[in-house]
Amino acid sequence: MKIRTLGRHFREGGKNILRNGWMTLASVGAVTTTLILVGLFLMLMLNLNQIAENVERDVEIKVLIDLTAEEQQINELEQQLRNIPEVSIVQFSSKEDELNQLIESMGEDGQAFELFEQDNPLNDAFIVKTEDPIDTFQVAEQIQTFDYVSEVAYAEDVIRKLFTFNEYARYVGLGFIIALILTAVFLVSNTIKITIMARSKEIGIMKLVGATNSFIRWPFFIEGLLMGILGSILPIGLVMGGYYYLYQNLTDRIQFPFVELLPYHPFAYQLSLILLAIGAFIGVWGSVMSIRKFLKV
Amino acid sequence: MIEMKGVYKTYPNGVTALNGVNVTINKGEFVYVVGPSGAGKSTFIKMMYRQEKPSRGSVTINGVNLTTLKERKVPYLRRDIGVVFQDFKLLPKLTVYENIAFALEVIEDSPKKIRRKVMDVLDLVKLKNKARFLPDELSGGEQQRISIARAIVNRPSLVIADEPTGNLDPDTSWDIMRIFEEINSRGTTVVMATHSKEIVNTLKKRVIAIENGRIVRDELRGEYGYEN
Ligand SMILES: Nc1ncnc2c1ncn2[C@@H]1O[C@H](COP(=O)(O)OP(=O)(O)OP(=O)(O)O)[C@@H](O)[C@H]1O
Ligand SMILES: [Mg+2]
Repeated sequence: MKIRTLGRHFREGGKNILRNGWMTLASVGAVTTTLILVGLFLMLMLNLNQIAENVERDVEIKVLIDLTAEEQQINELEQQLRNIPEVSIVQFSSKEDELNQLIESMGEDGQAFELFEQDNPLNDAFIVKTEDPIDTFQVAEQIQTFDYVSEVAYAEDVIRKLFTFNEYARYVGLGFIIALILTAVFLVSNTIKITIMARSKEIGIMKLVGATNSFIRWPFFIEGLLMGILGSILPIGLVMGGYYYLYQNLTDRIQFPFVELLPYHPFAYQLSLILLAIGAFIGVWGSVMSIRKFLKV
Repeated sequence: MIEMKGVYKTYPNGVTALNGVNVTINKGEFVYVVGPSGAGKSTFIKMMYRQEKPSRGSVTINGVNLTTLKERKVPYLRRDIGVVFQDFKLLPKLTVYENIAFALEVIEDSPKKIRRKVMDVLDLVKLKNKARFLPDELSGGEQQRISIARAIVNRPSLVIADEPTGNLDPDTSWDIMRIFEEINSRGTTVVMATHSKEIVNTLKKRVIAIENGRIVRDELRGEYGYEN
């Protein structure tokens, strides 16, 4: 296509946008609302994902050794553990180590446990880590069947809960967002339908004098695209500004080692690009729907 | 130039508007299409620029078979055909100049060529001095002249007019006819549906009379033949 022609299409598309101001405003508003929510949702989900991954990376399996096990049998068990292909690290932790850890983790209250130092009721243990966190459940179950294993413990609940929450939030959020996107697409396509109706006389003449179908379609296509892009400006601003604020203020206050926000650069930029792309997609989809249905060319 | 063979047209509502039409119109001819209201004149004309497709039979323009012509080739066919209507079909927000230039812009002619062609055609229809006027500021006859200018600005080999003088008083109608004569004298084929007895009987040309979707009369230098 010639540059001059492309320029004309953009001019005509722009004229369309100005022509029905209120409808355009409603459509752009719908795109904006949708994208703000998409932005918030993505910000939350991607950060939660990151946290879940960090936690996952720290998942370890604690294998408590039966009290009756002799040194020989403990060595055999260690060998068995090392032979599981998915396992990457096996570390021995004596019952004294275990008690010290317990006391430490309890802080002030831990002193009560110091009484046990004479008569330690805890088990010796192996700390096992898998190469891929995904295999944790399955490896834990396998270890359960070994001899001289009294108990297998891992942060099953925490992980499961985090994952289920994550999944729930994902589905609910996704459903919500799809509904919003569809609404925005509908509004955009409706606006373009009105422009097409308003310009029907012009379109008729264009067909009569031999304008090609694609030439007739372009301005409406661009009208949709422009609405989508206009709708993404405010959300992008909010994402860039809002995430900057969050990142500055939250990063230092978060206590847990595995909870850390995705870095501003490149995350905020990536998110902005995604919003722009979704906005453009909504606009183009809306215009294509209308063009197909109402532009009989 | 135009050849119709066994053309039938039945609209989706069941009305049969053309009932076996055979006709040949040669290059450079001037043809009136006459007949009572509802006879099928407009439908006959619409076959020529592929506004409607025949239900049966074939229509050939300049060797191109419109019955089998691909949808996306239709625009190129229309660039070689100018169409004029009773109701002018001008865009009210564009000036005279812009209305005519519009027809060339949308087929992506270059600005230089557009300027030259529009000026030439404004000269032909004698409206150069009104180039900056809006259609509403002009008389009916002047508006029809713009619409003719738009139809011929790309120098088509065929000009089709459906009752171009239907909305005009007799004097103005003759102005319009003089333009068609001029176009025709330059070699352009002209096909015009009309209800004007005066014009047909005064400016003698070939007359094709249609009744109930059939050609009932086809005479060189014919008469109108109806009592209006
Ligand atoms: N788009 C259409 N859909 C259905 N029927 C149509 C359509 N166009 C025309 N007809 C019918 O076909 C018949 C012929 O119509 P046409 O317009 O060709 O007549 P005409 O000779 O041009 O009449 P007039 O002199 O009044 O303009 C009429 O009965 C009309 O009602
Ligand atoms: Mg008619």
